[in-house]
Amino acid sequence: MEMPKPDPFVLDRKAELVSRLLTVLPEDAVISDVEETRAYECDALTAYRCPPLAVVLPRSTEEVSKVLAICHEMRVPVVPRGSGTSLAGGALPTADSVILGVARLTEVLETDYADRIIRVQTGRTNLSVTGAVEADGFFYAPDPSSQLACAIAGNIAMNSGGAHCLKYGVTTNNLLGVTLVQMDGTVVEIGGAHMDAGGLDLLGVICGSEGQLGVVTEATLRILPKPEGARPVLIGFDSLEVAGACVADIIKAGVLPVAIEFMDRIIIRIVEDYAKAGYPECEALLIVEVEGSEDEIEEQLGLIEEIARRHEPVALRRSESEDESAKIWLGRKSAFGATGRISDYMCLDGTIPVSELPRVLGGIERLSKEYGLAVGNVFHAGDGNMHPLIMYDANTPGQLETCEKLGAEILKLCVEVGGCLTGEHGVGIEKRDLMDHQFAPEDMEAQMRVKDVFDPKWLLNPAKVFPLAVTAGRRAG
Amino acid sequence: MLRPETEEQLAEMVRGANGPLAVRGGGTRHLPGAGEPLTTSAMTGITLYEPGALTLVARAGTPMVEIETALAAQNQRLPFEPMDHRALLGAEGQPTIGGAVAMNVSGPRRVQAGACRDSLIGVGFVDGTGAIVKNGGRVMKNVTGYDLVKLLAGARGTLGVLTEVSLKVLPAAATQATLVLEGLSVENAVRAMAAGLGSPFEVTGAAHDPAARETRLRIEGLAGSVDYRAGRLAEVLAPFGAARRLDADASEAVWREVRDAGAMAGQGDVWRVHVRASHAPQVVARAQAEAALLDWGGGLVWLRLPEGTDLRARLDGIPGHATRVRGQGPGATPPEAPALAALTDGIRAKFDPRGLFGAA
Repeated sequence: MEMPKPDPFVLDRKAELVSRLLTVLPEDAVISDVEETRAYECDALTAYRCPPLAVVLPRSTEEVSKVLAICHEMRVPVVPRGSGTSLAGGALPTADSVILGVARLTEVLETDYADRIIRVQTGRTNLSVTGAVEADGFFYAPDPSSQLACAIAGNIAMNSGGAHCLKYGVTTNNLLGVTLVQMDGTVVEIGGAHMDAGGLDLLGVICGSEGQLGVVTEATLRILPKPEGARPVLIGFDSLEVAGACVADIIKAGVLPVAIEFMDRIIIRIVEDYAKAGYPECEALLIVEVEGSEDEIEEQLGLIEEIARRHEPVALRRSESEDESAKIWLGRKSAFGATGRISDYMCLDGTIPVSELPRVLGGIERLSKEYGLAVGNVFHAGDGNMHPLIMYDANTPGQLETCEKLGAEILKLCVEVGGCLTGEHGVGIEKRDLMDHQFAPEDMEAQMRVKDVFDPKWLLNPAKVFPLAVTAGRRAG
Repeated sequence: MLRPETEEQLAEMVRGANGPLAVRGGGTRHLPGAGEPLTTSAMTGITLYEPGALTLVARAGTPMVEIETALAAQNQRLPFEPMDHRALLGAEGQPTIGGAVAMNVSGPRRVQAGACRDSLIGVGFVDGTGAIVKNGGRVMKNVTGYDLVKLLAGARGTLGVLTEVSLKVLPAAATQATLVLEGLSVENAVRAMAAGLGSPFEVTGAAHDPAARETRLRIEGLAGSVDYRAGRLAEVLAPFGAARRLDADASEAVWREVRDAGAMAGQGDVWRVHVRASHAPQVVARAQAEAALLDWGGGLVWLRLPEGTDLRARLDGIPGHATRVRGQGPGATPPEAPALAALTDGIRAKFDPRGLFGAA
């Protein structure tokens, strides 16, 4: 993966930069020792690494603003970092960049149950936002698999989703306001505790802009009352196509489950070995979850099971207890981790129209054979958000490259059938060079014009999202 | 009157424009703006509808009624319950989906299912340079590149002319019911609505009409579930009084009235104020309006005031924003803080460098 050559002029001024950073931050908030910066050389896309010039860990919006103003003046690129769980290389540094980590910004600033909002500093982890309100019967809806570790800042940067967004939406649908610090240090308040913008919806374009428009230090999030109960049902099929057809039928029938998850045989085995979730052996497994009171759950599951039976499932089993439900979800959410225990893997997240599931799954199988690498599928079927896991051996020369080629072919297939390159992980560096398969030059130009307004010098996370060749002129500016 | 049939023709017209264009869908929402009229009325039709994927794509000039009819035939609907502005504005003609998107028109269900912008998953538009731009697509989870979809929703046509929109749709509810509380003060009504919206019983509408002294909370879903939740919600609301229940037909009628701001009928300027719900009583008290209506649990306050009233001065210091929907008073759209204004002006200048689409 190509990254821009570090700017020798910036590298030469490291000592000056560090001493200036130390004028606005306490000593323990600036890391410049070469060995210590290594802890920040990559995110969860571990195949690519590069230690940054320095790392700063500010404790307030004011400190973030001062740091950015210094870097802006010295023309030093800045790579914002939440918890470093990006699967797309969103927080990968370059040698001439400063990593701005929000890990120390973890406070809850306000909680209001009458207005159903919480305002937090963005270094707070996703799960601990729910943790702050669950005792009072509320939760924060977006639930990426990495929710134990990932920061709200990263969730906003990537517009993260999760398993339950079929009903609750993704980050952008649950974000009401932010405090954003621009590259030149300007602090802007966007949105707030009210709904919708009075003018242009800048919040909407900031969410998902991969840290390229500004650093979000505080966020007002929508919290929701917890449902009375929830219960998943496991439905197994002996063919991927039939499972796909069942998904479409459930959606068409008018019951909208909170989640419809899909796993193929490869993943079922891997997860079962690891989490002992009690999944049936079959070609394709659906986890369909509904919410409500006991009677409501009964009413909805009855309808869903009736639809499922028409497709002759090989297994159909309701969770009978909270413990069993927890195990079923633990299995699903540990799918990536369990795969990582047995193999190196690359996780894709292209999204496709649900009607194209059978065709795309067939295509993935064909490509997997052609390239000689196993691919497991575990994904959010209700919204067509695929997660093919390509397994490879990083120690075998050439396999990473083969894996990346296979990944690119799968993503092109997703785009070809009317989908997109990434549903919730972001473009980062990983899918950067595939952007022109989805977008015409005018489409990318329109997006980049937004960055021109927020960050005219293109210093914030500049080597991400768009192909390097496309941004070359702007980055040099 | 410019009347493009394709986006290529539209792009040609924009490139050839010598001055401002007054872009119109159905013309029922009375966007301000002067210039050479350009209508989207020849860019119509649903281009893709997949009920099993909850996705609908339509050209911008497609009448709302055509979309609602197609959805109803499959027992589906637009989640955001867009209002019909015709009665309020005394307008005629057919509202279009492009107009609803350009104004981010969102009705009572916004409080639970999100705004128009939350259901919008893709757009095609022609910007002020005449470039044809696509963003988003037809899938509901998509983080590929920047989300210009949200930026276009509610931009009031100032960034470009919409040519096509993709929407996430939802199954229509099998039935609905409304609980009505009577005689509450605005303060208590907002408290009652917060209690309902904060309960697990999935309230999909929460409105208070001070003139009628009625506080209304809606529940939708499968029949058994609606009965159950209406019962439980009545218990939650008990501290505020005994709730009267409206069944499906009466409930639908009440929410159509709320959606279209029927309480604003009469003479004068009409404003929409977006605030934190718990600030709504303060808004009502300070506005001294001739008529008021609270929706979204208080998050949206409709106000009718004598012509030319400077409402924003009266509400000074309350966070949020106020937009004038009808009348001739001070600026229709809210002013922004300087740092924010610098960004939005910058974006408008990039997308519409020649000022063809006016700042509405």
